[in-house]
Amino acid sequence: MTLDDILKAPSPASQWVLDTDCEENGLEPEDVKQVMRARIQEMRDSIERGLKTDAKSITGMVGWNAKGLWDAPDALNAPLIKRVQAYAMAVNEENARMGRIVAAPTAGSAGTIPGALIGVADHLGIEDEKLVMPLVLAAGIGKAISRQMYISGSAGGCQAEIGSSAAMAAAAVTELLGGDSRACVHAAALALMNTIGLVCDPVGGYVEVPCVSRNAFFAVHAVSSAQLALAQLESFIPPDEVITAMAQVGRMMPLQLKETAEGGLAQTPFAQGYLKDLEQSQK
Amino acid sequence: MSLLDMIGPVMIGPSSSHTAGACRIGLAACQLLGHTPEKARIGLYASFAKTGKGHGTHLALIAGILGFEPHDPRLPQAFQEAEKAGLNFEFHDADLGNVHPNTALIHLQGGQASVEVTASSTGGGIIEVIEVDGFKVAFDGFSPTLLLKYQDAYGMISRVTGLIAIDEVNIASLTCTREKRGGTAMMCIVLDSGLSDYAIRKIAHIPEISWIRMLPGFKRL
Repeated sequence: MTLDDILKAPSPASQWVLDTDCEENGLEPEDVKQVMRARIQEMRDSIERGLKTDAKSITGMVGWNAKGLWDAPDALNAPLIKRVQAYAMAVNEENARMGRIVAAPTAGSAGTIPGALIGVADHLGIEDEKLVMPLVLAAGIGKAISRQMYISGSAGGCQAEIGSSAAMAAAAVTELLGGDSRACVHAAALALMNTIGLVCDPVGGYVEVPCVSRNAFFAVHAVSSAQLALAQLESFIPPDEVITAMAQVGRMMPLQLKETAEGGLAQTPFAQGYLKDLEQSQK
Repeated sequence: MSLLDMIGPVMIGPSSSHTAGACRIGLAACQLLGHTPEKARIGLYASFAKTGKGHGTHLALIAGILGFEPHDPRLPQAFQEAEKAGLNFEFHDADLGNVHPNTALIHLQGGQASVEVTASSTGGGIIEVIEVDGFKVAFDGFSPTLLLKYQDAYGMISRVTGLIAIDEVNIASLTCTREKRGGTAMMCIVLDSGLSDYAIRKIAHIPEISWIRMLPGFKRL
């Protein structure tokens, strides 16, 4: 399954993705759809829990961001953006509290797809049943990426993790809003080509800073990609070659920038000081 | 790789590779032992050793060894659960050589049995078991998998696969390794579906076979 295969598939792209994957794995399409329905409900549950609580994470670095934003006045008068960001952070703060979430494709990037897809759906009043096939397409995009590229930050940098989730979310939102196969794949490519080189630099190795807010940013990034693609704008570079470029950058990245907490934000004096204090207080 | 791996698993946070994958590594080891162990000695390599603490990797491995799945709400309290279950455990750093940075070496002991398992967590909750009791194997734990330890002899593969064929089950992959000609060998067979109890009994009765495990496959649904 390549991006080019999906791009050339009859619209909606999700049907081709579902049929092809079921044939490959010997699964029944209706069973896969049923699991996807359950996963949408899991995503919703984690959003709901995350928006309600301001309980701190293990380290105290995050925990109140989603509720804080949700309860705050909408400074930009842009309710879609606020909703998408708050949903995404709600999921990842649940994740940071060792709560229950759906990895999509990973736990560190778990908020991006629910933030973008469920956020847009709620903003427009679209029912959950209409999200099932877009979620299938998101999975298909992830599968196409993982053919050539790692999907974990420790192997490919944050571009591999949140970049993949943003691409998956972009395609899903595009299909939800009526985009054809070509538009969906270009939405994914646009999201990917603008995450190349993103380092994975969690403070102390915890999936908290910058992971929680990064999900909020990339959920909006995915929605932006969908908007461009729905207006028929396309990635200048062929989508599969965008993945190749990302994979190449991932291989060139030094280990210090791949979830080892040995580079980037994790090595700032403030982060180092915070962790030292935390260690002292836990003794 | 299925669509359900890309959107999923449903899991306890915070990391699909360091928490959900670690839990599944522990679960595979538990299934290979065949029951909950009394002792676990766990070597952590590279990223598992370096950033495991912040990811609940230690908790997740113990949860898996206790037989919990990645979505089990008891995962954050795995150490207390281990005490209840009478499981003693210890962790150490291990240099496992040229393997994936998220790799663990687990030694389990309990009853009269013991097993040693090396497995890597490759991202998104996917794992790869690479060694069992010193024999190279290759399976991801999602499909039903049959593992056999036996005395190397001619016709062994044919006898085992013949019984699998009679059961009308398809083989996805098969690997065999042996310590030397005629020595102890390990066969690892990944299947499209589980075998009947009858077929497992028939295979277990082949005289050269000294150890047999039928892993059911992790639940995706």
